Amino acid sequence: MKIAVCVKQVVTREWQLRVNDQKTWIRDQDASFELNEPDAYALEEALRLKEKHGGEVVVCSAGPARAAQVIREALARGADRAIHVESDALATADANGVAEALAAAIRDEQVDLVLTGLQSDDQGFGQVGVLLAEKLGMPHATIIMEVQKSDSGLRVKRELEGGWFQWVALPLPALLTIQSGINQLRYATLKGIMAAKKKEIRKVAAPASAQTTQRITSIYFPEKGKKTQMLPGSPADAAKELVKRLREEARAL
Amino acid sequence: MILVVAEHREGKLNRATLETIAAAQSAGSPVKVAVLGSGVDGVAKELAAADVAEVLTIDDAALKEYTADGFVLALEQLIGRENPERVFLPHTYQTRDFAPALAARVKRPLVTDCVAVKGNGYVRPMFQGKMQADVAVEGPHMATFQIGAFRADAMKSGGSAQVKPASVSIDASKIRQKPEAPFKEAKQAVDLSQAERIVSVGRGIKGQEHLQLAQQLAQAMGAELAASRPICDAGWLPMDRQIGSSGQTVAPKLYVALGISGAIQHLVGMKGSRTIVAINKDPEAPIFEIADYGIAGDLFEVVPAMIAELNK
Repeated sequence: MKIAVCVKQVVTREWQLRVNDQKTWIRDQDASFELNEPDAYALEEALRLKEKHGGEVVVCSAGPARAAQVIREALARGADRAIHVESDALATADANGVAEALAAAIRDEQVDLVLTGLQSDDQGFGQVGVLLAEKLGMPHATIIMEVQKSDSGLRVKRELEGGWFQWVALPLPALLTIQSGINQLRYATLKGIMAAKKKEIRKVAAPASAQTTQRITSIYFPEKGKKTQMLPGSPADAAKELVKRLREEARAL
Repeated sequence: MILVVAEHREGKLNRATLETIAAAQSAGSPVKVAVLGSGVDGVAKELAAADVAEVLTIDDAALKEYTADGFVLALEQLIGRENPERVFLPHTYQTRDFAPALAARVKRPLVTDCVAVKGNGYVRPMFQGKMQADVAVEGPHMATFQIGAFRADAMKSGGSAQVKPASVSIDASKIRQKPEAPFKEAKQAVDLSQAERIVSVGRGIKGQEHLQLAQQLAQAMGAELAASRPICDAGWLPMDRQIGSSGQTVAPKLYVALGISGAIQHLVGMKGSRTIVAINKDPEAPIFEIADYGIAGDLFEVVPAMIAELNK
């Protein structure tokens, strides 16, 4: 099976977010970056499918030059080669822009399967995978917890809400968005990191169609809707005050 | 006109639909509601009680079981015919499964997970709820609304909308997904919805060996132990102790969130709790938005102090 897996570079969860001077994006020149965690599960699933059924795993990323960091990471974990759609504008592009860019990278590759994460930790559209399926003319299924290969294609386990699941069959080629937690992630070994240095990263220019159709006019920290009483002081003092409030004020204990 | 796409399963309306109708009513243009499925008369009649202009039904055997292809084929035609300025949907797993494909098919931008309508644009969370953004979009478009962002009881009713079948034809041979019947995984051993108090742990607990500390706090409080998704994904606690959109929904007297940042998927499962306590190292964590009491600090220092105080 030839599998394309789409990964995004996002700011690390630990990085203290700061807004840029125009208040239209974060000050990402100061940020540290990592592989979008939901995409790591898609990559892991691709590697497991290859180990089981043979084939090739091609990692695809649409982003500025710095996205090479997460491409290398994916190659070190075991992907065979990479396609990098490179453009500075992709750092803040909307779902349509990113999906167009990825479609341009994948369209001529004749893959059997495309895997993406559920959503990104930054803009969190949760739509790039499904948009990409439509642009590639492939059937899709989302929030997948298990992938089985069948004679006619795939049988996949979709997660529904409230603890419900559903098996869905679909023909190949197809696109799946993978639910986080579907598998246990592997990490890159030293051998993997060395091997990654020799693997191909093909650079592709972003297509003109990779345009943004929704624009951030302002980004900010949300106002607190509820009056939260923050309890200050040392851990011991705060803990003591909390227990007192829970007993006397909230009557919750 | 705003077209709201209703969601239901086996004749039971998803309440998120009412929230989405409330969002559409607040946006100030006429509202129509579309109901898709097979045998949807009951749901359509229920929706006709809302203050909307029309309820449009697409009743087709090919839509009996939900499929992304079936919904895209049906709604593509309906949007072509009705030409709504905006299409609103609840931001559910089902919407997430088909709405982006529909948006690409009808060549409209899709703004997801909105929490408010602001002029011609929307407000939506970014960076896992740590930030919000005002988003501008031009021309006809689609938008999905976060569960709980609008109140179902804020929906204006008292209307007597006409229920009208929309003439849409679906070529069942074009539906590529073949779904089997939905099922629930093994019976849930713990019914957290009955717990009076819950101590819930998230990523901040760092390691399985530290669960003991949370367990001790739960014991001192007379609480059940629960967790956010990453903890159950890692196998540190069984899945039936997971709170959130893919786990259980709870509303206890007291909910203590330890090292939980507060992703929306978790919040929807517990924000109805009467008193919410959040203990988290990151003072910007979204969990503090909905907490009654907050301590921005190291749970490994705060929790032992709480246990000592409770056991005094």
